[in-house]
Amino acid sequence: MEKIYSRTKTIQEDKVSGFCPGCFHSTIIKLIGEVLEELNVVDKTACVLGIGCCGLHMDYIAYDNTTAPHGRATAVATGMKRANPETLVFTYQGDGDFAAIGLGESISAANRGENITVIFVNNGIYGMTGGQMAPTTLMGMKASTAPKGRIAKEHGYPMHMCEILNQLTAPAYLERTSCNTVANVIKTKKAIKKAFQNQLDGKGFSMVEIVSNCPTNWGVDPLASLDFIEEKMLVEYPLGVIRDK
Amino acid sequence: MPKIQVIKERCKSCGYCVKVCPKKVIAVGKDVNSKGYEYVQPVNDDCIGCMACGRICPDGAIEVYK
Repeated sequence: MEKIYSRTKTIQEDKVSGFCPGCFHSTIIKLIGEVLEELNVVDKTACVLGIGCCGLHMDYIAYDNTTAPHGRATAVATGMKRANPETLVFTYQGDGDFAAIGLGESISAANRGENITVIFVNNGIYGMTGGQMAPTTLMGMKASTAPKGRIAKEHGYPMHMCEILNQLTAPAYLERTSCNTVANVIKTKKAIKKAFQNQLDGKGFSMVEIVSNCPTNWGVDPLASLDFIEEKMLVEYPLGVIRDK
Repeated sequence: MPKIQVIKERCKSCGYCVKVCPKKVIAVGKDVNSKGYEYVQPVNDDCIGCMACGRICPDGAIEVYK
């Protein structure tokens, strides 16, 4: 009997992640590992992790990684890529890291068209620090810093990073995906593979925004978080390729 | 005949695999692992090896054989 599916070897065999049940962070790092194995570049990959739950991957993944100061992952990745052009450099950032505190660095790196890949995990809330409102929080959605829900007058509107970066000339590839169904998991893997291939081909800045979940801080169980993504998140953040050049 | 094998220590009982399995092969069991999660178990032999459970499982707890 042949084994046709098992966890990628890029996650340490004896480790179990500390993420909450149902968290897409685990799914996404699994997909990234599968892509790295398929492209046969595990040994020449360097990952720059952001601050937040995304930074927890450092204990589990089996390839080179570092953690950047909060929000500065794309700046650190820029240096790594320029110094070692042969290395596949990607950043792994949440919405608090990429779209809030690191907004300047993120947009600047995209504007320069750096030959790096950004995996941007958007779950509409700050996970690790306790459910504070993020720039990507939906209208009316409750957060610990917006107990009555997000109100436009006080908090503004949800930020669409793919569309914002689409205003720039330099980025090569922007796509928004999710992991809430098996089909979307497969599409996400394809998007990550394309983004990494773009970098290997020297095409420049690629970003995959993955609409993710946070059952713990959304206050729902994992299965209900899948429904929330389908009914609410994907209405605000429609999936698809925003740019491919 | 295809079958699945659950690595029980990796399972966190999120129930995604139970939801996506087209043949209702998997169910949350009554036994718990060392972290206290009621891990999933195969309950019948109808597996068709579609790998949906393995793909959606965040923690790679399911291995699929064919």
